[in-house]
Amino acid sequence: MRELRYREALREAMFEEMERDDRVFLMGEEVGHYQGAYKVSEGLLDKYGERRVIDTPIAEAGFAGVGIGAAMVGLRPIIEFMTWNFSFVAFDQIISNAAKVHQMSAGEIQVPIVFRGPNGAAKQVASQHSHSAAPFYTHIPGLYVIQPSTPRDAKGLLKSAIRSNNPVVFLEGETLYGVQGEVPDEGVEELIPIGQSRLARTGTDCTIVTWGRPYYTVLAAAEKLAAEGIECEVIDPRTLRPLDTALMVESVKKTNRCVVVHEHWPYGGPGAEIVDRLQREAFDYLDAPLERVTGLDVPMPYALNLEDKVLPTEGRVIDAVKRVSYSK
Amino acid sequence: MMMIRRFEEESARNYAKGKIGGFLHLYIGQEAIAVAAAEVLEDRDYIFQTYRDHGIALARGMSAKSAMAELFGKDTGCSRGLGGSMHFFDVERGFLGGWGIVGGHLALAAGTAFKSKYSGEDSVTVCFFGDGSTNIGGFHEAMSLAGLWKLPVVFVCENNQYAMGTPLERTSPLKDLSVKAKGYGMVGDRFDGHDVEVVQERIGAAVDRARAGGGPTFIEILTYRFRGHSMSDPAKYRSRTELEQRKAQDPVVLVRDRLLGLGVDENALDDIDLEVDEEIDAAVRFAEDSEPALEEVMMSTVLAPEGDS
Repeated sequence: MRELRYREALREAMFEEMERDDRVFLMGEEVGHYQGAYKVSEGLLDKYGERRVIDTPIAEAGFAGVGIGAAMVGLRPIIEFMTWNFSFVAFDQIISNAAKVHQMSAGEIQVPIVFRGPNGAAKQVASQHSHSAAPFYTHIPGLYVIQPSTPRDAKGLLKSAIRSNNPVVFLEGETLYGVQGEVPDEGVEELIPIGQSRLARTGTDCTIVTWGRPYYTVLAAAEKLAAEGIECEVIDPRTLRPLDTALMVESVKKTNRCVVVHEHWPYGGPGAEIVDRLQREAFDYLDAPLERVTGLDVPMPYALNLEDKVLPTEGRVIDAVKRVSYSK
Repeated sequence: MMMIRRFEEESARNYAKGKIGGFLHLYIGQEAIAVAAAEVLEDRDYIFQTYRDHGIALARGMSAKSAMAELFGKDTGCSRGLGGSMHFFDVERGFLGGWGIVGGHLALAAGTAFKSKYSGEDSVTVCFFGDGSTNIGGFHEAMSLAGLWKLPVVFVCENNQYAMGTPLERTSPLKDLSVKAKGYGMVGDRFDGHDVEVVQERIGAAVDRARAGGGPTFIEILTYRFRGHSMSDPAKYRSRTELEQRKAQDPVVLVRDRLLGLGVDENALDDIDLEVDEEIDAAVRFAEDSEPALEEVMMSTVLAPEGDS
């Protein structure tokens, strides 16, 4: 294993899949000559040229639709949204076209496409640039939704997404691009299956399900709780649709309590879905109500002191774990 | 053309009987356009249409049985009862759908044209839409990208004068929509759509240009639907006089009169009409007798099977 940054892991996945399959191309704003707004696509244009690394005008609905059309007849597009906030003007393309045409055509037309880009709050980019997009897309049958937390998952899941025969919403962490982590060595190919949770930390006292940016908040909180004698087990679903609850249920059977921690708003979404499933699938094993630590139910403010309050904090995670553990 | 006309009339009857549900948008009055387009396209070409999609599907060669069974919501329908009137598909014949969101399918057509260019193939995409589509953002973005990348696509605006119930003069500052082509750096054309031979020649020229690498064309075809926007629309927004004037230019009657003028035996034309009637009757019987749409098909087509990529 070697250490790579999250953005480098994503970049490697694209290099490898473009090398493997000429049908794969990258399209989006600033992906080519600018080398990527977040430098994820750096170097791709130099290697693969303008035929396969395609800069677009600012026209998300247009180039998302072009990607879907190209996928319908056999190409394998990677469509980069500069951020997922800008995907909302392409919402109809993803919802009404990409997610629907396979069934509308009775299975005759496949849409092997990946929509990817940074998601969630960055730092003080305020109300319109801080959306956590998972709830919008996880609602839709016909889509896969992946939100990797670590460089290794980012690479292995992006490779699987590119090879999938279905439309994939791939939510990268805007604040995670610089995070370093272990990734298999060059030449060792790892395809992480879509729809599999991962055990990130073992523990006996409380299960925490989390993904994306709060994953790191939770791991830090878990260390502090361990110092107080509370051992948390941390599970990262990695894929939010389809959702794999098997590991979570196993864990709750052992710990008898669970906290779900996510950045998106509390109303609905994968956080609420996980809680709903666990209360049914592990009802007899729960010693406390399931709790959630979420982004607060407000548009994201600009001021740093307020933004820090809105996002899940270590303190809120620790409090929630203590509440479900009936500990002070 | 007779096949489309009779199919649509029979669809309307079966809608009134409650055999067909949902929305039903008829193509009556616009037949010459679909027939002419199908005539100039090759098997390898791609076609997109709005929800008013029966005409082009039949013109492209879909059987009336498959089309009618879809309207009846049966497993033998072209989309196995999952699509309905608005979502006909016939992938084998390059007919890539009936799409229900105004303006939403234009970028898809740019996408299949992108694929042709990316793969060095000489296939062409033809995308139909109504005058009502020309004000929405999806139109602008698809036209922008197709013009920018010189994609082999022909955008065909079937201007039937009404965006549902609102006439063109209340939806556009332009009388001549084809001038929009210039804003996207593409060739524009504009002509009447009731004469199938004229339509064939002019769409043919645009398709040839696209195939030869000359880039996209935006065509405005002036046409008229003889029925309302959909079956629930009595079309009270237009006068009887206007409708009668338009019906005097019925594309189906025009082609019959022209054939008679050329010395074609009237009995031969009547025989074609009879054959069409029989085929439509058979299609209705087939649709009636077919099995309803299947739950297992619904469940198994939400996602495509994985593997083999």
